[in-house]
Amino acid sequence: MNPLDLLARLGRLVMSVMASFGRVTLFTLDAASHILRPPYYPRELGIALLNIGWLSLPVVGLTAIFTGGALALQIYAGGARFNAEAVVPQIVAIGMVRELGPVLVGLMIAARVTSSIAAEIATMKVTEQIDALVTLSTHPMKYLTAPRVLAALITVPMLVGIGDIIGIMGGYTVAVQNLGFNAAAYLQNTVDFLETRDVVSSLVKGAVFGVIAAVMGCYYGMNSGRGAQGVGRATKGSVEAAAVLILAANFVLTGVFFSI
Amino acid sequence: MIRMENVHKAFGDNRVLQGMTLEVPRGTSTVIIGGSGTGKSVALKCVLGLIKPDSGKIYVDGKDAADTGDRDAFLARFGMLFQGGALFDSLPVWQNVAFRLLRGSLKRPVDEARAIAIEKLRRVGLKPDVADRLPAELSGGMQKRVGLARAIAAEPEIIFFDEPTTGLDPIMAGVINELIREIVTEMGATAMTITHDMTSVRAIADNVAMLHGGVIQWTGPVAQMDDSGDPYLDQFIHGRAEGPIEAVR
Ligand SMILES: Nc1ncnc2c1ncn2[C@@H]1O[C@H](COP(=O)(O)OP(=O)(O)OP(=O)(O)O)[C@@H](O)[C@H]1O
Ligand SMILES: [Mg+2]
Repeated sequence: MNPLDLLARLGRLVMSVMASFGRVTLFTLDAASHILRPPYYPRELGIALLNIGWLSLPVVGLTAIFTGGALALQIYAGGARFNAEAVVPQIVAIGMVRELGPVLVGLMIAARVTSSIAAEIATMKVTEQIDALVTLSTHPMKYLTAPRVLAALITVPMLVGIGDIIGIMGGYTVAVQNLGFNAAAYLQNTVDFLETRDVVSSLVKGAVFGVIAAVMGCYYGMNSGRGAQGVGRATKGSVEAAAVLILAANFVLTGVFFSI
Repeated sequence: MIRMENVHKAFGDNRVLQGMTLEVPRGTSTVIIGGSGTGKSVALKCVLGLIKPDSGKIYVDGKDAADTGDRDAFLARFGMLFQGGALFDSLPVWQNVAFRLLRGSLKRPVDEARAIAIEKLRRVGLKPDVADRLPAELSGGMQKRVGLARAIAAEPEIIFFDEPTTGLDPIMAGVINELIREIVTEMGATAMTITHDMTSVRAIADNVAMLHGGVIQWTGPVAQMDDSGDPYLDQFIHGRAEGPIEAVR
């Protein structure tokens, strides 16, 4: 291929990525403005809180407990190589709270919530329900997007906090039951070691990941193509985008909180 | 009154509307006929602003529909029955019908909204026991009628019906034709209806407009439809395979 051609293609790719980024940013700002301005739809918010928060608890709890347990086993085995088995409580705490809690909960929310939001809104779009909303003087951004994004902003940090605690409890259970740690000392070590900054970073990550998950679901749903294929593409695209953005945002936020 | 002037709309290289001009006087019923895929539904959506025309103007009561200051107030004057029903499948039937009455500027107490919904359902031939069912539990024809009930629930001044009688049995189609006629004559509403059903055209129309090739091929009072002398219209209303409109086989 001619190098100029390649350059032109690369240019187009960069342009299209920048353009999508701009569109998503505008969409997010639009959603935020609708969250702040009346009319509000409390019923829709209630349903979104239930779906995004409450009903995600089982999957978040299971993810966290197994991860915490596995983490304790790994650290014990790895630490044994240089006689550092005793750091299990500290490393489990820091690993769960700083990284694994928010990232795994974020990814589970992308899998569970982003996909269902995207599929639901895309189906509404394909069956003209979004058009029908507009003709009934109801703004789709306000009625569909705003409650979901707000609900994710409220509940995902809570889910992350719960996931952190359950993960630590998973590590604790494995350490006390199988690895011979003293129960009281384990908990004392965990509490002593964690700093406010660790916990704050965890919750902030949760809030950002929650917003990313909800916004990507809504964005892909609202921009879905026609037919069943359009719904499929929107769902797939939304989960991919949410997962990648959550991991990228995690990298940036970790830099912001811990490298300075 | 609604006036469409030289409206163009293309989707990619599919040129759908190519200079559509149509006038719908206040308080009258206009029926749009035309082959499948000629852009009838697109034309209605252009008036509502759901689809943005590429060029041309649309006026509602002399005001440009593209820059209405208060969009909610503008849309509150309209009711629309979508071709596919477009019912909200997460809401029970009565909440679909009363959607506008449960929120926004036309909000009423819940009991009152429900009573109105049940009354509108009755007018489209549905019993009160469907009120608490979900749209997915209804037959196609029943869903269509729920959509119709929703379109008329807030008693809008301007109502668009996209194929109101498709999928209904002949008796129910007759009931719906009468209902549309009543809404225009008794409530003084302005109606635009799309239909393929010639019985329906004769029952509801004051004026008929035929869309073909992206433009209004013929328009006039329903009484003149049979002796228009327009070969396209003649072929269409008599359902002939031979004529100037190509039937691809
Ligand atoms: N959102 C859209 N995106 C792309 N093409 C569209 C869109 N909406 C309609 N079209 C195309 O526009 C043309 C006209 O569609 P429209 O739905 O208005 O037809 P119609 O006259 O209502 O037909 P029917 O009588 O079968 O309902 C079709 O070729 C359709 O594929
Ligand atoms: Mg149509």
